[in-house]
Amino acid sequence: MAHIVRKRGDLKESDVTGRELYLNRRQVLKLGGIVAAGGIGGGVAAAQARGEPLPGVTRNPDFVTDEELTVYKDATSYNNFYEFGTDKGDPVENAHTLKTRPWTVAVEGQVDKPGRYDVDDLLKGMALEERIYRFRCVEAWSMVIPWVGFPLGDLIKRFEPRASAKYVEFETLLDPEQMPGQRRPVLDWPYREGLRMDEAMHPLALLTVGMYGEVLPNQNGAPLRLVLPWKYGFKSIKSIVRMNFRESQPRTSWNDAAPREYGFYSNVNPAVSHPRWSQAKERRISGERSLLDSLFAKRIDTLPFNGYGEQVAHLYADMDLRKFF
Amino acid sequence: MAVSSTALGRGATERPWLKPAVFVACLLPLALLVFEALREGLGANPVETITRWSGEWALRFLVLTLAMTPLRRLGGWRWPLRIRRMLGLYTFFYACLHFLTFVWFDHDFSLAAIGADILKRPYVTVGFLGLCLLLVLAVTSNDYSVRRLRRNWQTLHRAVYLIAVLAMLHFAWLVKADYAEPAIYLGAFLLLFGYRVALLLRQ
Repeated sequence: MAHIVRKRGDLKESDVTGRELYLNRRQVLKLGGIVAAGGIGGGVAAAQARGEPLPGVTRNPDFVTDEELTVYKDATSYNNFYEFGTDKGDPVENAHTLKTRPWTVAVEGQVDKPGRYDVDDLLKGMALEERIYRFRCVEAWSMVIPWVGFPLGDLIKRFEPRASAKYVEFETLLDPEQMPGQRRPVLDWPYREGLRMDEAMHPLALLTVGMYGEVLPNQNGAPLRLVLPWKYGFKSIKSIVRMNFRESQPRTSWNDAAPREYGFYSNVNPAVSHPRWSQAKERRISGERSLLDSLFAKRIDTLPFNGYGEQVAHLYADMDLRKFF
Repeated sequence: MAVSSTALGRGATERPWLKPAVFVACLLPLALLVFEALREGLGANPVETITRWSGEWALRFLVLTLAMTPLRRLGGWRWPLRIRRMLGLYTFFYACLHFLTFVWFDHDFSLAAIGADILKRPYVTVGFLGLCLLLVLAVTSNDYSVRRLRRNWQTLHRAVYLIAVLAMLHFAWLVKADYAEPAIYLGAFLLLFGYRVALLLRQ
């Protein structure tokens, strides 16, 4: 591989915008709202409509980056969540119809403790931690987001998977009433994703319930989503209602839609182009920037496994990543 | 346009305000973008917003341009022909802004990167071909070219249909899953093409 993987040791926790700081920022934005009422500046409403803070969250210093955070408004108003429309501005407009409580997750397949679990029961006993991950979309843009959640593997262990469980299949809610985007057959609903068991058990795989110290907004996949920072964003399935432990590799939505373009693994890989566009570079959406700063910001190099190669490359050691893209 | 120069003259005295009004109206999308830009309203990814905005307006002006001939015949008006050339030039104008966004904000004027994209990415290739054809039509859109090229002028300017096909391909080729929007433009082009085919068949 041509690129050297970015070392985690390079990242200093002190460089990261703290929770305190982005909470302070919120105060600033509120002041901004007052100014906006006078006719200057715009788009403060989203910042004011911020959600419920998540108590008892500690930052895990092993999973941070020194890169500038994406601002809350950008991370919560520029989303691919086709269940609420295919335009990136659609989810923030439409996701209010999603009811995130009560919420049940069905656990099925090759586990000793299958069942239908209430999401709050799943969260019981899980220490929530904050992790700052790079998030790379297959469309060649990226963000840096402080997620709140816990390792997926910790939850999976509670279901006592059998040796025959080689893969986990995930499914998003199917309900066109709550998810109006599902009224059009853009994808074969419900949205499905999947991981190999060793990927699912990897410590980087985060089951996520919040971001920016707060409860996950609906448009970002509430109440429960995956975040897999070494894979393209569409692998990080949102609003999960089903986990099925299988012996065989599950079908996944984007692979079904365009098998030549989206593989089962979909690890971030600058060396393998999407058939229609290059994956070598990405446009980083982060920081409080003026329009001119955004326009003239250079695209940055995409790293193999999105910079997490040191942690995950061994999972794919014997695989031809051009074939298993 | 070639045959209607006398009509143009007469029309100009009939409604002297028409062309200036259309000229200003066609700048409204640009004004709206500047307005949004000034209030920082171009969203999380302004480069993408501007790229989509300019591309879609180029496509809309192409539809409008192609709608003028049917409009003239169906409505029996003369004014559609008086503004057709201006609409065509605005198609070129917005396509140029689209291309400028690509070479400037995406590639920072790096010729190597631009060239590689044009050669390797089919949707860029067809878009670039469409722009090249638009350039040819734009520089031959003046009265001097109409006189010099005579009958060839009309043949040359039929390339607008090819441009429409290339623009459609360019748009549809970069869609991930939702073809609703390209389908609307495709429908519009099919109607406008179909009208012309029907005319030919009747003759």
